[in-house]
Amino acid sequence: MQTEAIKDLLYRLADDKIILGHRNSEWVGIGPVLEEDIAFASMAQDEIGHAWSYFQLLEELGETDPDTNAFMRPAEEYHCCHLVEYPIGDYAFSLVRHYLFDMADKVRLKHLSESSYKPLAELAYKIAREEKYHQMHARVFLEQLGKASQESNQKLQTALNEVYPIAFGIFEPTVFSEVLAAERVQPLEDTLMKEWRMEVESFLRNCGLIVPPAGEVVEHFGGRTGHHTQWLSPLLAEMTEVFAIDPHAKW
Amino acid sequence: MVRKPESMYTKEEIFTLLEKVKDPEIPVISLVQLGVVKDVRVEGEKVFVEIVPTFAGCPAIEMMKNDVVKTLEEAGIREMEVKISYRQSWTTNQISTKGRQLLKDFGLSPPRPFEGELTMEELKYAQCPKCNSTNTRLLSTFGPTACRAIHHCNDCHETFEQMKPL
Repeated sequence: MQTEAIKDLLYRLADDKIILGHRNSEWVGIGPVLEEDIAFASMAQDEIGHAWSYFQLLEELGETDPDTNAFMRPAEEYHCCHLVEYPIGDYAFSLVRHYLFDMADKVRLKHLSESSYKPLAELAYKIAREEKYHQMHARVFLEQLGKASQESNQKLQTALNEVYPIAFGIFEPTVFSEVLAAERVQPLEDTLMKEWRMEVESFLRNCGLIVPPAGEVVEHFGGRTGHHTQWLSPLLAEMTEVFAIDPHAKW
Repeated sequence: MVRKPESMYTKEEIFTLLEKVKDPEIPVISLVQLGVVKDVRVEGEKVFVEIVPTFAGCPAIEMMKNDVVKTLEEAGIREMEVKISYRQSWTTNQISTKGRQLLKDFGLSPPRPFEGELTMEELKYAQCPKCNSTNTRLLSTFGPTACRAIHHCNDCHETFEQMKPL
């Protein structure tokens, strides 16, 4: 088993989660209703917990400790996809992003639960069950708002038109993708993308939404190799502000 | 606590000691009753304890670990390894019968045991801890802690927290 390939995969998983977790946490105090404020805060807590567990696996493979790894890298050393970097936008934007990301996570975790890399398979099995609450939350709100009124439907449609092409960046392959598939660590991204697409497209139609064309998906590639949107650096500056004051502080 | 030489503790006695360690967020239930203590081994004078987090993002896990260490130290055990592990997954099915009753008495609806995969139907099911009715509805899958959801009882109109089935 190639350790470098496993590390590459773990960094992608961890960085997606920590960045989306940070974005979700930005809804604290400004959610449209109290329950949604709490929901996004809880999901943020879950995602950051998941990131921490992936960083733990990385530490076991010789990388630095989870806190340092999460907070002390420059933007170009992050492996997250562009989707998670975008600002929270309006509630529709965050809801659609949350749905598309968490459904991709569902597909990814289902396969990772059967990964030949045992520590990852065990962790993925655990995370997959926790994520059911996220999926349920996203589905319930999308379905209800998709059908509630013309205004709510239109807001979701506008968000979907913007978010959908960006979401394909989740499935950007890396130089390690083929070896990971050959070693049965994770299937090729293309396989995951097709499964995801089949599930989300039929659900979105059931919500009364029109699935936009995927467009030039490569435009949203780059995150896995450290080429990020303009949004990541300001996010990292804010996320690490307190940690950077004294990286060796005891909490 | 009367101090014993370390080697005198058996695995069962360690479990009994750990019955004293309560969940920091639900102080009526012990880590053993909650199913968080996964494994105890005694090798010579060294005690190994493996604990698993309920939810991966549970901020209480470090506190649980420290409480386990403290309890073992107070019992005179000097050599120990307390490890947070994902080797075995925690599920709410592992909460003991006594543990379920304690949660209910605390006002937190315990999830019923389920078989196989966790379904969306299971997520919606909850029994009211006040009147025992199952005519309830899920208000929010997210509550005051990572492991709690909010439900409402259609019969007695109590809004209650449930420990999420996992």
